[in-house]
Amino acid sequence: MASFAARGFLKVPAGIKLPLSNHGARCIATTAPQLAQTKKTVQDKTGKNVVLVDAVRTPFLLSGTSYSKLMPHDLARASLLGLLRKTGIPKEEIDYVIYGTVIQEVKTSNIAREACLSAGFSDKTPAHTVTMACISSNQAITTGIGMIAAGAYDVIVAGGVEFMSDVPIRHSRKMRSLLLRANKAKTMGQRLSLLSTIRPDFFAPELPAVAEFSTNETMGHSADRLAAAFKVSRQEQDDYAMRSHQLAHRAQENGHLTDIVPFQVPGVAETVTKDNGIRISTPQQMAKLKPAFVKPHGTITAANASFLTDGASACLLMTEAKAKALGLKPKAYLRDFVYVSQDPKDQLLLGPTYATPKVLEKAGLTVKDIDVWEVHEAFAGQICANLKAMDSDWFATTQMGRKEKVGMPDINKWNLWGGSLSIGHPFAATGVRLAIHTAHRLIKEDGQFGLVTACAAGGQGVGMIIERYPGATV
Amino acid sequence: MSEVQGVLQKIENDPSVQAAVLISGKPGCFIAGADIKMLEKCKTVEEATTISKNGQRILAQVENSKKPVVAAIMGSCLGGGLEVALACHYRIAVKDKKTALAVPEVMLGLLPGGGGTQRLPNLISLPKAMDMALTGRNIRADAAKKLGLVDRTIEPLGVGIKDGNERTMEYLEEVAVNAARQLATGELKINREKGLVDKVLKFALNYEFVRNQIFGKAKQAIMKQTGGLYPAPLKILECIRTGVEKGPVAGYDAESRGFGELAVTPECKGLISLFYGQTECKKNRFGAHQHPIKTVAVLGAGLMGAGIAHVSVDKGYHVILKDTSQAGLGRGQSQIQSGFDRMVKRRRISAFDRDVILNNLEPTLSYDGLRKADIVIEAVFEDINLKHKVIKEVEQYIPEHCIFASNTSALPITDIAKASKRPEKVIGMHYFSPVDKMQLLEIITTDKTSKDTTAAAVACGLKQGKVVITVKDGPGFYTTRILAAMLAEAIRLLQEGVDPKTLDTLTKKYGFPVGGATLSDEVGLDVAAHIADYLGKTFGERFGGGDPNMLKDMVSNGFLGRKSGKGCFIYEKNSKSREINTDAVAIMQKYKQEPRGSTAPEDQQLRMVSRFVNEAVMCLQEGILASPLEGDIGAVFGLGFPPFTGGPFRFVDRFGADKLVAKMEEYKQHYGVAFDACQLLKDHAKDSSKKFYK
Repeated sequence: MASFAARGFLKVPAGIKLPLSNHGARCIATTAPQLAQTKKTVQDKTGKNVVLVDAVRTPFLLSGTSYSKLMPHDLARASLLGLLRKTGIPKEEIDYVIYGTVIQEVKTSNIAREACLSAGFSDKTPAHTVTMACISSNQAITTGIGMIAAGAYDVIVAGGVEFMSDVPIRHSRKMRSLLLRANKAKTMGQRLSLLSTIRPDFFAPELPAVAEFSTNETMGHSADRLAAAFKVSRQEQDDYAMRSHQLAHRAQENGHLTDIVPFQVPGVAETVTKDNGIRISTPQQMAKLKPAFVKPHGTITAANASFLTDGASACLLMTEAKAKALGLKPKAYLRDFVYVSQDPKDQLLLGPTYATPKVLEKAGLTVKDIDVWEVHEAFAGQICANLKAMDSDWFATTQMGRKEKVGMPDINKWNLWGGSLSIGHPFAATGVRLAIHTAHRLIKEDGQFGLVTACAAGGQGVGMIIERYPGATV
Repeated sequence: MSEVQGVLQKIENDPSVQAAVLISGKPGCFIAGADIKMLEKCKTVEEATTISKNGQRILAQVENSKKPVVAAIMGSCLGGGLEVALACHYRIAVKDKKTALAVPEVMLGLLPGGGGTQRLPNLISLPKAMDMALTGRNIRADAAKKLGLVDRTIEPLGVGIKDGNERTMEYLEEVAVNAARQLATGELKINREKGLVDKVLKFALNYEFVRNQIFGKAKQAIMKQTGGLYPAPLKILECIRTGVEKGPVAGYDAESRGFGELAVTPECKGLISLFYGQTECKKNRFGAHQHPIKTVAVLGAGLMGAGIAHVSVDKGYHVILKDTSQAGLGRGQSQIQSGFDRMVKRRRISAFDRDVILNNLEPTLSYDGLRKADIVIEAVFEDINLKHKVIKEVEQYIPEHCIFASNTSALPITDIAKASKRPEKVIGMHYFSPVDKMQLLEIITTDKTSKDTTAAAVACGLKQGKVVITVKDGPGFYTTRILAAMLAEAIRLLQEGVDPKTLDTLTKKYGFPVGGATLSDEVGLDVAAHIADYLGKTFGERFGGGDPNMLKDMVSNGFLGRKSGKGCFIYEKNSKSREINTDAVAIMQKYKQEPRGSTAPEDQQLRMVSRFVNEAVMCLQEGILASPLEGDIGAVFGLGFPPFTGGPFRFVDRFGADKLVAKMEEYKQHYGVAFDACQLLKDHAKDSSKKFYK
């Protein structure tokens, strides 16, 4: 059933030095006999058999493009509404909403609640917002799993939104302090005397930085160092980035990205229907770019890094019993998950390396049991570094205190529909996209287990095991 | 060096070589400078000049090489090391904490003799070059990039396919090799475009009056700071100026000659000796100890206590700071906090680092925390009864292995230990104020102190970043005792009508960093009176000199020194100028004595210095000191004895014991036993082959 997918990426990975041999041959054509042979089960640990019914997202757009005049909750609202319509679940059935966001719009600090209200959800449905950098919507999902497991609720909507077209830029601390004191100034004299204290440096604005608070290092800079530490060449990174774009392009062409719900920007006739960051460039074009962070000898460029993106996503979780009662057809079981954290300076983006063995162990699986890998691509260099780390006994024993390496994932099962590098990465919306792409790919590629893993600012990471629901369709 | 020459030849002659990278095999060190031992062997100006000329010649070869040479710097790049890098065509440095670039020769009484005085002002702006050469201070990689001292920096890498340090080294090599290749092919062009200010300055230097202005100002500053006692900074300035005015040939020539001349000066020998001594006192001569020290408890959050807590927490100890009142504790905490805030402001550490470090500081009003202490350092008020009370209380809480150290400047440790249940664990740790700035720590052992306790205390002091000397217990130990002898004479000078400002000038001109009267004010006249009284009783007439009652009078009038706002001088907040306290002078008048003998400044200085030195030698004779080396380090780093002398023992060797004893005999005729030279000094005077340093 899924063999059509194979042809697409057969010719893709020409220049990639990652082991890409035998691609397609095993994973697609006739997987049935192998599946039967290796059929494993993962025990449900919640007692509720939590299922992922479905998920949607807005198209992911480069920030500063069609969405630029919106507010973040507009995107969140669209994805919530899209989820209701797609699943057909009555809104009264939704017990609780959890939403992730990273760069907060101060007017909607609990954006979960604002988005629910504007999406016309019942005002009796409580909602809260979570934040954990790039894995915020993973956190929304697992918080939901926790609530279900605790018996608090049966039906949860989890999602995330990021809007980089408009970020809060603050006045300087000195100006803020002045403005606050101005509030209290009663007389004209007091106000004038405050006014007279203004100096030119008061007007310097404070921009939010994609930098670690603890180390003051930007993520791109840390990623460049990570790539160098693992001796990842510029060529390897450019090759990987190209693969991501080619695979995403193919998936788009083949109509795999069915998690998208079209978005109508108010006042614009043309509907936004697809991601706009996917572009196929030539190796020459990529090689020409100058390093973006470490100059002049760095290896990370605009072309092999993920870009600033606007977008939102939402998914529906519930107990298996509830799904049955509502007559809904789930797509996957949400099995195990772990969060990991490590040194935010030198191992900022190694989350997948740390999370993968842990979550596999928890589920009683090995790398070989995973049919679908959906891994967040922050930087091509970061992905290559993680692959090298996962394949290194030295790293596993000396840095992670493990007996041996977890092993090299099968690259032919890895991000076959592209990833954050090409599809885009609205920080808090990516987790849900990874989960639904896993579920969809398990169906289309006829697999049983999928693994979602991602790194996040702060030196954290997540790993999740997703199992295809029997009889699920896209 | 001959090895280098060989390689250079090869690079020049081998047509397959297009460019070269100079990199060290060790991650922690590029080149830490030339071998000082080689210099010490030099007997004549000519010999030392030749060393410099040889170095210059080889480096000129590097500089003139048609094939680009890239210096890849990770770790210390000091002195000759930096000069090698300067001769290269392109410099890349790792931006880590260990990488530092400097020409510290001035601190050894030398000048950068491998072209440093010539290439530095060419590469970076003249004022910055002078600053580097005259202070010898370390420049970190990022600052070096800003100065133009290096062309590129690379970030240190974390763990990857191998250990972070190793991989960083490899990465540095990869980047450097690539840069060298690009330089050879012309892909990479060296761009050292200077800012407008630098350009204007460079242009202005064509005018003699501008040069006069700049060099004149620098010379003024040097004279003010060194009193003209150190020849090296002046010589450095001269070499730089020659290069700027007369071109490189004359400049290099002046440099090598200057180097040769400086190398044989006694100042250079003294400073080098001090350098060795310092290195020696950074080692623990007592070996390993049993219990690792992890938690340091400090009793008393006053100036000293908080200072000790500061240096302990800074170096990774868990620190319990205990005081008896919340107010005292708060004051101490804020002292430590502002100390670290200053480091953040100077970018030595990040605000995050500061927070993480300060997490290890545990302020408390209760003794309970002491249960986990490995060493307790008490810094409570100097009162024997209080110290006894504290030691008894503390011993109810501390574990069996815990050391009890007393930070006292004069109370005998043996007396303090009398209150202890386990005197083998009691030791003295005499810190100097301000603790985070003063390098010296004097550790005092009693007859009962165990070797293990000593080893542990020394290890603790070393970890706190101190230069440690270990002395035997005795009245005033070593440093307090020799200082008291000198101060007694200083007070006599005040009584003889030398006013406080003149006294300051006398001592500063001699090379002490702080004047005698100012020092008394800093120490506190009450403390000085107390110590003078106590040591006077113990040592008798020999410690006489100034009338102790004069000090007592000053104290009873509230003139305690800086802390009370009035001492020999009047201290006003926010004002740097200090006026002589005329009321104090009036008291001095009351105790006026007529000077006896010579009143020449040299004799007035030598009266103070000879008593200081004699007492130091006596400490060695009595076994208080273990070696002249520790005596020299203690006197220089703790009391500011003129560094260029190398310390009191070096001073005797150089001045001549016979000459010194003769002078003391002369003073003795006028002033009596205070100038009685000790036996050891007399022995050295009799036999000129006897030296403290061979």
